[in-house]
Amino acid sequence: MTTAETESVESFRARARTWLAENMPRLDPDLPPPALGDDDEEWVRARELQKILYAGGFAGICFPQEYGGLGLTLAHQKAFTQETAGYEMPVQLNIPTFSIVAATILDMGTEEQKRERISAAIRGDEVFCQFLSEPSGGSDLAGLLTRAELDGDTWILNGQKTWSTSAYAADWGLCLARTNWDVPKHRGLTMFLVPTTAPGLHMNRVKMVNGSREFCEEFFTDVQLPASAVVGEVNDGWAVASRQLFHERNAVGGGSPYVSGLAGRPRALGGQSPFTIARATGRAAEPGVRERVGEWLAVETVQNQMVARVSRAIGTGALPAPAASLLRLFHAEAMQRGTDLAMDVAGAQVAAGVGTEEGVTGRAGVAYLSRQGASLGGGSSEMARNQISERLLGMPREPAADRDVPFNQVKRGRS
Amino acid sequence: MELELTADQKLFQASARSLLEKDSPLDRLRRLEVGEAAWDRASWQRGAELGWAATIVPEELGGGSVSGEGVRDLVLLAEELGAGVAPGPFLPVNVVLAGLVAAHGTGPDHSATIESLAAGEQVATWAVYEPGGQWAPEAARVTATPTGEGWRLDGTKDRVEAGLEADLLLVTATTPEGLAQFLVPTAAAGVTTSPQWALDLSRPLAEVRLEGVVVGADALVGTPAGTAEVLERQLQVALLIQCAEMCGGLEKMFALTVQWGFDRYSFGRPLASYQALKHRYADMRTWLEACHATTQAAAAAVQSGSPDAPLLVSVAKSFVAERAQWILQDCVQLHGGIGVTWEHDLHLYLRRATSDRALYGTPEDHRRRLADLSSL
Repeated sequence: MTTAETESVESFRARARTWLAENMPRLDPDLPPPALGDDDEEWVRARELQKILYAGGFAGICFPQEYGGLGLTLAHQKAFTQETAGYEMPVQLNIPTFSIVAATILDMGTEEQKRERISAAIRGDEVFCQFLSEPSGGSDLAGLLTRAELDGDTWILNGQKTWSTSAYAADWGLCLARTNWDVPKHRGLTMFLVPTTAPGLHMNRVKMVNGSREFCEEFFTDVQLPASAVVGEVNDGWAVASRQLFHERNAVGGGSPYVSGLAGRPRALGGQSPFTIARATGRAAEPGVRERVGEWLAVETVQNQMVARVSRAIGTGALPAPAASLLRLFHAEAMQRGTDLAMDVAGAQVAAGVGTEEGVTGRAGVAYLSRQGASLGGGSSEMARNQISERLLGMPREPAADRDVPFNQVKRGRS
Repeated sequence: MELELTADQKLFQASARSLLEKDSPLDRLRRLEVGEAAWDRASWQRGAELGWAATIVPEELGGGSVSGEGVRDLVLLAEELGAGVAPGPFLPVNVVLAGLVAAHGTGPDHSATIESLAAGEQVATWAVYEPGGQWAPEAARVTATPTGEGWRLDGTKDRVEAGLEADLLLVTATTPEGLAQFLVPTAAAGVTTSPQWALDLSRPLAEVRLEGVVVGADALVGTPAGTAEVLERQLQVALLIQCAEMCGGLEKMFALTVQWGFDRYSFGRPLASYQALKHRYADMRTWLEACHATTQAAAAAVQSGSPDAPLLVSVAKSFVAERAQWILQDCVQLHGGIGVTWEHDLHLYLRRATSDRALYGTPEDHRRRLADLSSL
């Protein structure tokens, strides 16, 4: 298919339907809900599935052809995703590999980085992660302390990162480091593409309250990187990070063109919805329970309608790019309402499992413990509210004590 | 709010806005005396001339829409009228038309009534609620008894919008064959209408007593067997109008409150510079976008006759009616004491939104309906 004559969405959809039926493994409806994304086998499987998609010509639908994609439109991607319902898909690769890291490399990377990294991910050969957050601070990303210093032609990286989602399964990470300490914080940062197997990089997995070990922390000790590892310009890493944050908001909110396949039920519900719990607990006839299940259905539906509306509006320019924060904020609210409603519906049974298993209601209880994850991951809801009020409504920006101050003179906490 | 409008739709919107500004300024509503009419026939007639009762009526029955998508145009108009808390029988007339058009071709012919309603010559309203009752149209206690030549109606309806001003009532009643609907002239012998206190100043309500009201066989709308489907259509149109007018009102009041945030200073800085308040504005902005998203999605489903339409109108009503309260009450809070004065516009919108929340199913009613529709 050449760009001169783009295949129609309906023809693409029909071809995808046939191909999926013949090539893609079906999801087993009797299997337990998806794991917490911390299983090594799951990642091996994701790479296998991506290779099948690539071999069939259905990988990287919205990525340009010169980097291994199909160069098609969001409408093609949406049609494909609709057709994948009921099939196994490499959904683990959606965030951050394709929708954040590959999307950012496409926007900001060198020709070589685009050719090599994006196509390798589309082929199912490589997985990406992000080395952004640091233990010293969450929302104030630009205040990071990891340093990179030039020694001849080689960059030497030292410092610590955390909250890197599924980094243990990745081959490459986008790592933001400080390369100039004598200028204000945003102006002294550089983005690097770092192989996760680089000597001097030590990685641990962080255990979360729900038992998940998908997040990692990394220690960099004299990690050596070539000049070609720089993404974008030296000391202009903030421009790259801004693209990442934009793509992250878009992806977490559900508006990214680089997401292929549906991730099933929200993970925070542990695969258990108020609907399922109402049935499992025999409470489906109670009017109060029915109201809560109805509310959950409504919130879930509005969440999808919101994604469709806002991503379309950003696409046409009817809303500016910071409108992605609307999706970020609403997504957190919808997820948390779902978590709360699930706990309500589980009622007295939320405190106990079935025998030694957590069971449906126990899962609702565990999901409730990590409820706030929805308003923390991918930038906190408070940061989204700043974005919306300042960038969409034009309200005055928050005063910042570090604005225009050389970073080596900015006050820091003790840890 | 539609993200993209055609030139014709923009013109349609602008004509509604200018008529509204001329005929029904907000201040007029605020100054109404007890018992004074909120709207008059002449102004409704002018609205009808602009197509306010024509959007969902087919051309052969005297209707027509500017975009060819009547439900979309209806929603566009409802937003505009909601932005101005417009008085007038926009909702009841369109809901009755939705029912008559849906029943057209089954049962007695009501073409002439449809045409005269679409032209604004007559006003009709839906008599569905009964005293003391919640939303339960299927449980009508008003009875219609066959008389041989026609029907005799007995019972009481209330919360009948524009019941005093209307020429015709669409009465939902129980017959020996099940639920049915009848077109009853308010002037018929045995019909007594009396005013009922209403929270929304712009929408007068009435109680209607039907005592041995005799109508001909031709008063029946559709057939008893087809009534459930016709009722669903009436409900869908009522809910879309409510959601769209709430969206229009919210848009207006949110804009007013944002401006207030920039203009109002305390401790030497604008309210909009306080993070605690900026974050509330951000929440409101997000909810407002979600209200538009769900209203437009419901409108598209009703427009296309999608099987999801019953579900999506209930999603929209349950969501928009709840968030409208959150947003408007926060607008009041951000305005401070002036927000709870009679002189301020906010209460006019809060009255409309609270009334919309209450009628044609509360958010709780629609959540239970969603559970029913999803086969829980």
